[in-house]
Amino acid sequence: MTGAVVALAAAGGLGAGARFVLDGMISSRVRSGFPLGTVLINISGSFLLGLLAGFAASAALDRSFVLIAGTGFLGGYTTFSTASVDTVRLLKAGRRGLALLSGLGTLAGALGAAAAGFALAAA
Amino acid sequence: MVLGGSLGTLARYGLDLLLPAPGGLPLATFLINVSGAFLLGWLLERLAAAGPDAGRLRAARLTAGTGFLGGFTTYSALTVEAVLLLDAGRAAPALLYLAATLLLGAAAAACGAAAAGASARRRPDGVRLPAGPGPGDVP
Repeated sequence: MTGAVVALAAAGGLGAGARFVLDGMISSRVRSGFPLGTVLINISGSFLLGLLAGFAASAALDRSFVLIAGTGFLGGYTTFSTASVDTVRLLKAGRRGLALLSGLGTLAGALGAAAAGFALAAA
Repeated sequence: MVLGGSLGTLARYGLDLLLPAPGGLPLATFLINVSGAFLLGWLLERLAAAGPDAGRLRAARLTAGTGFLGGFTTYSALTVEAVLLLDAGRAAPALLYLAATLLLGAAAAACGAAAAGASARRRPDGVRLPAGPGPGDVP
Protein backbone atom coordinates (compact mmCIF):
# COMPACT_ATOMS: atom_id res chain seq x y z
CA MET A 1 0.00 0.00 0.00
CA THR A 2 2.87 2.37 0.80
CA GLY A 3 4.26 1.75 -2.67
CA ALA A 4 0.90 2.65 -4.20
CA VAL A 5 0.75 5.90 -2.21
CA VAL A 6 4.26 6.88 -3.34
CA ALA A 7 3.28 6.07 -6.95
CA LEU A 8 0.06 8.06 -6.49
CA ALA A 9 2.04 11.12 -5.39
CA ALA A 10 4.52 10.72 -8.24
CA ALA A 11 1.67 10.36 -10.73
CA GLY A 12 0.03 13.51 -9.35
CA GLY A 13 3.29 15.40 -9.87
CA LEU A 14 3.54 14.07 -13.43
CA GLY A 15 -0.07 15.10 -14.08
CA ALA A 16 0.66 18.62 -12.82
CA GLY A 17 3.79 18.70 -15.02
CA ALA A 18 1.79 17.57 -18.06
CA ARG A 19 -0.77 20.33 -17.34
CA PHE A 20 1.98 22.94 -17.12
CA VAL A 21 3.60 21.86 -20.41
CA LEU A 22 0.33 21.51 -22.32
CA ASP A 23 -1.07 24.79 -21.02
CA GLY A 24 2.17 26.54 -22.02
CA MET A 25 1.98 25.05 -25.52
CA ILE A 26 -1.65 26.01 -26.03
CA SER A 27 -1.45 29.52 -24.61
CA SER A 28 1.69 30.30 -26.63
CA ARG A 29 -0.19 29.42 -29.83
CA VAL A 30 -3.61 30.83 -29.01
CA ARG A 31 -3.23 34.26 -27.51
CA SER A 32 -6.57 35.44 -26.22
CA GLY A 33 -8.19 36.43 -22.96
CA PHE A 34 -9.84 33.04 -22.83
CA PRO A 35 -8.06 30.33 -20.76
CA LEU A 36 -8.28 27.71 -23.53
CA GLY A 37 -5.45 25.57 -22.12
CA THR A 38 -7.08 24.96 -18.73
CA VAL A 39 -10.47 24.39 -20.36
CA LEU A 40 -9.13 21.73 -22.75
CA ILE A 41 -7.11 20.08 -19.98
CA ASN A 42 -10.16 19.80 -17.72
CA ILE A 43 -12.36 18.46 -20.52
CA SER A 44 -9.81 15.88 -21.71
CA GLY A 45 -8.99 14.82 -18.13
CA SER A 46 -12.68 14.38 -17.36
CA PHE A 47 -13.09 12.20 -20.47
CA LEU A 48 -10.16 10.01 -19.44
CA LEU A 49 -11.35 9.64 -15.82
CA GLY A 50 -14.84 8.82 -17.11
CA LEU A 51 -13.28 6.13 -19.28
CA LEU A 52 -11.31 4.77 -16.32
CA ALA A 53 -14.39 4.78 -14.05
CA GLY A 54 -16.38 3.00 -16.75
CA PHE A 55 -13.73 0.30 -17.12
CA ALA A 56 -13.47 -0.02 -13.34
CA ALA A 57 -17.25 -0.50 -13.12
CA SER A 58 -17.44 -3.14 -15.83
CA ALA A 59 -14.15 -5.02 -15.56
CA ALA A 60 -11.93 -6.14 -12.74
CA LEU A 61 -9.28 -3.40 -12.85
CA ASP A 62 -6.49 -3.42 -10.34
CA ARG A 63 -7.46 -1.01 -7.55
CA SER A 64 -3.94 0.38 -7.26
CA PHE A 65 -3.93 1.16 -10.98
CA VAL A 66 -7.24 3.07 -10.73
CA LEU A 67 -5.89 4.99 -7.74
CA ILE A 68 -2.57 5.89 -9.38
CA ALA A 69 -3.95 6.76 -12.82
CA GLY A 70 -7.22 8.34 -11.68
CA THR A 71 -6.72 9.97 -8.28
CA GLY A 72 -3.01 10.49 -8.99
CA PHE A 73 -2.30 11.41 -12.60
CA LEU A 74 -5.70 12.70 -13.76
CA GLY A 75 -6.38 14.41 -10.43
CA GLY A 76 -3.07 16.25 -10.70
CA TYR A 77 -3.58 16.93 -14.43
CA THR A 78 -6.98 18.58 -14.07
CA THR A 79 -7.48 21.56 -11.80
CA PHE A 80 -10.46 23.32 -10.33
CA SER A 81 -8.70 26.19 -8.57
CA THR A 82 -7.23 27.68 -11.76
CA ALA A 83 -10.57 27.32 -13.52
CA SER A 84 -12.30 29.29 -10.72
CA VAL A 85 -9.67 32.02 -10.64
CA ASP A 86 -9.80 32.34 -14.46
CA THR A 87 -13.59 32.78 -14.36
CA VAL A 88 -13.37 35.42 -11.64
CA ARG A 89 -10.65 37.30 -13.56
CA LEU A 90 -12.80 37.41 -16.70
CA LEU A 91 -15.74 38.64 -14.61
CA LYS A 92 -13.60 41.37 -13.04
CA ALA A 93 -12.39 42.42 -16.50
CA GLY A 94 -16.04 42.91 -17.46
CA ARG A 95 -15.95 40.05 -19.97
CA ARG A 96 -19.13 38.39 -18.81
CA GLY A 97 -19.70 36.27 -21.90
CA LEU A 98 -16.25 34.74 -21.73
CA ALA A 99 -16.59 34.27 -17.94
CA LEU A 100 -19.82 32.36 -18.48
CA LEU A 101 -18.21 30.30 -21.23
CA SER A 102 -15.20 29.54 -19.03
CA GLY A 103 -17.29 28.69 -15.94
CA LEU A 104 -20.48 27.07 -17.19
CA GLY A 105 -19.07 26.05 -20.60
CA THR A 106 -16.18 24.12 -19.06
CA LEU A 107 -18.50 22.41 -16.60
CA ALA A 108 -20.97 21.39 -19.32
CA GLY A 109 -18.19 20.27 -21.66
CA ALA A 110 -16.28 18.36 -18.98
CA LEU A 111 -19.46 16.70 -17.66
CA GLY A 112 -20.40 15.64 -21.19
CA ALA A 113 -16.87 14.34 -21.77
CA ALA A 114 -16.89 12.37 -18.49
CA ALA A 115 -20.30 10.89 -19.34
CA ALA A 116 -19.11 9.98 -22.85
CA GLY A 117 -15.98 8.28 -21.49
CA PHE A 118 -18.00 6.40 -18.90
CA ALA A 119 -20.58 5.24 -21.46
CA LEU A 120 -17.88 4.26 -23.96
CA ALA A 121 -16.04 2.09 -21.43
CA ALA A 122 -19.18 0.55 -20.00
CA ALA A 123 -20.53 -0.34 -23.44
CA MET B 1 6.32 22.43 -9.60
CA VAL B 2 6.15 18.63 -9.98
CA LEU B 3 6.94 18.27 -6.27
CA GLY B 4 4.14 20.73 -5.46
CA GLY B 5 1.78 18.68 -7.62
CA SER B 6 2.80 15.49 -5.79
CA LEU B 7 2.21 17.05 -2.39
CA GLY B 8 -1.13 18.52 -3.50
CA THR B 9 -2.22 15.11 -4.79
CA LEU B 10 -1.18 13.46 -1.51
CA ALA B 11 -3.10 16.06 0.51
CA ARG B 12 -6.20 15.47 -1.64
CA TYR B 13 -5.89 11.70 -1.23
CA GLY B 14 -5.47 12.07 2.54
CA LEU B 15 -8.59 14.22 2.85
CA ASP B 16 -10.47 11.78 0.59
CA LEU B 17 -9.69 9.04 3.12
CA LEU B 18 -10.42 11.15 6.20
CA LEU B 19 -13.62 12.93 5.25
CA PRO B 20 -16.94 11.08 5.23
CA ALA B 21 -19.27 10.97 2.23
CA PRO B 22 -22.66 11.74 3.82
CA GLY B 23 -25.45 10.13 1.81
CA GLY B 24 -22.89 9.05 -0.79
CA LEU B 25 -22.18 12.69 -1.65
CA PRO B 26 -18.54 13.58 -2.45
CA LEU B 27 -18.00 16.03 0.42
CA ALA B 28 -14.20 15.68 0.30
CA THR B 29 -13.83 16.77 -3.33
CA PHE B 30 -16.28 19.62 -2.74
CA LEU B 31 -14.34 20.99 0.25
CA ILE B 32 -10.99 20.44 -1.50
CA ASN B 33 -12.06 22.33 -4.61
CA VAL B 34 -13.69 25.26 -2.82
CA SER B 35 -10.84 25.71 -0.32
CA GLY B 36 -8.24 25.33 -3.10
CA ALA B 37 -10.00 28.01 -5.17
CA PHE B 38 -9.94 30.37 -2.16
CA LEU B 39 -6.24 29.73 -1.54
CA LEU B 40 -5.28 30.19 -5.22
CA GLY B 41 -7.26 33.46 -5.41
CA TRP B 42 -5.45 34.61 -2.28
CA LEU B 43 -2.00 33.46 -3.43
CA LEU B 44 -2.11 34.98 -6.91
CA GLU B 45 -3.36 38.34 -5.63
CA ARG B 46 -0.73 38.32 -2.91
CA LEU B 47 2.07 37.53 -5.38
CA ALA B 48 0.83 40.13 -7.86
CA ALA B 49 0.93 42.76 -5.10
CA ALA B 50 4.47 41.70 -4.13
CA GLY B 51 5.99 42.40 -7.54
CA PRO B 52 6.37 41.27 -11.17
CA ASP B 53 6.01 37.58 -12.04
CA ALA B 54 9.73 36.73 -12.18
CA GLY B 55 12.44 35.08 -10.11
CA ARG B 56 11.36 33.89 -6.68
CA LEU B 57 7.80 35.19 -7.05
CA ARG B 58 7.37 33.16 -10.26
CA ALA B 59 8.89 30.10 -8.57
CA ALA B 60 6.44 30.52 -5.69
CA ARG B 61 3.51 30.83 -8.11
CA LEU B 62 4.53 27.69 -10.01
CA THR B 63 5.30 25.59 -6.92
CA ALA B 64 2.46 26.60 -4.62
CA GLY B 65 -0.12 27.65 -7.22
CA THR B 66 0.27 25.61 -10.42
CA GLY B 67 1.86 22.68 -8.57
CA PHE B 68 0.38 22.27 -5.09
CA LEU B 69 -3.06 23.90 -5.45
CA GLY B 70 -3.39 22.71 -9.06
CA GLY B 71 -2.68 19.14 -7.94
CA PHE B 72 -4.78 19.50 -4.78
CA THR B 73 -7.92 20.56 -6.63
CA THR B 74 -9.39 18.42 -9.37
CA TYR B 75 -11.90 18.86 -12.15
CA SER B 76 -12.02 15.26 -13.34
CA ALA B 77 -13.17 13.90 -9.96
CA LEU B 78 -15.89 16.58 -9.84
CA THR B 79 -17.36 15.59 -13.21
CA VAL B 80 -16.95 11.83 -12.82
CA GLU B 81 -18.51 11.87 -9.34
CA ALA B 82 -21.46 13.73 -10.86
CA VAL B 83 -21.66 11.17 -13.69
CA LEU B 84 -21.68 8.33 -11.12
CA LEU B 85 -24.50 10.06 -9.20
CA LEU B 86 -26.42 10.52 -12.46
CA ASP B 87 -25.77 6.88 -13.37
CA ALA B 88 -27.27 5.87 -10.01
CA GLY B 89 -30.42 7.83 -10.90
CA ARG B 90 -29.63 10.63 -8.44
CA ALA B 91 -30.01 13.59 -10.78
CA ALA B 92 -30.95 16.20 -8.18
CA PRO B 93 -27.93 15.62 -5.88
CA ALA B 94 -25.66 15.50 -8.96
CA LEU B 95 -26.86 18.87 -10.27
CA LEU B 96 -26.77 20.40 -6.78
CA TYR B 97 -23.19 19.16 -6.33
CA LEU B 98 -22.09 20.64 -9.67
CA ALA B 99 -23.86 23.97 -9.17
CA ALA B 100 -22.66 24.37 -5.58
CA THR B 101 -19.04 23.60 -6.51
CA LEU B 102 -19.06 25.97 -9.51
CA LEU B 103 -20.70 28.90 -7.71
CA LEU B 104 -18.96 28.54 -4.35
CA GLY B 105 -15.63 27.90 -6.10
CA ALA B 106 -15.88 31.18 -8.01
CA ALA B 107 -17.07 33.01 -4.88
CA ALA B 108 -14.20 31.51 -2.87
CA ALA B 109 -11.62 32.56 -5.48
CA ALA B 110 -13.03 36.11 -5.42
CA CYS B 111 -13.02 36.17 -1.59
CA GLY B 112 -9.43 34.91 -1.51
CA ALA B 113 -8.33 37.65 -3.89
CA ALA B 114 -10.25 40.26 -1.88
CA ALA B 115 -8.69 39.05 1.38
CA ALA B 116 -5.18 39.29 -0.10
CA GLY B 117 -5.95 42.71 -1.56
CA ALA B 118 -7.18 43.98 1.79
CA SER B 119 -4.09 42.79 3.65
CA ALA B 120 -1.81 44.23 0.93
CA ARG B 121 -3.49 47.63 1.35
CA ARG B 122 -2.96 47.49 5.10
CA ARG B 123 0.72 46.68 4.60
CA PRO B 124 1.79 48.49 1.44
CA ASP B 125 5.46 47.83 2.15
CA GLY B 126 4.82 44.10 2.43
CA VAL B 127 6.31 43.99 5.94
CA ARG B 128 4.49 41.73 8.36
CA LEU B 129 3.33 43.73 11.35
CA PRO B 130 2.94 42.13 14.75
CA ALA B 131 -0.57 41.12 15.80
CA GLY B 132 -2.77 43.89 17.12
CA PRO B 133 -3.66 47.30 15.75
CA GLY B 134 -1.01 48.67 13.42
CA PRO B 135 -0.29 52.23 12.36
CA GLY B 136 -2.19 51.76 9.12
CA ASP B 137 -5.34 50.43 10.77
CA VAL B 138 -8.29 52.74 10.84
CA PRO B 139 -10.64 51.99 13.73
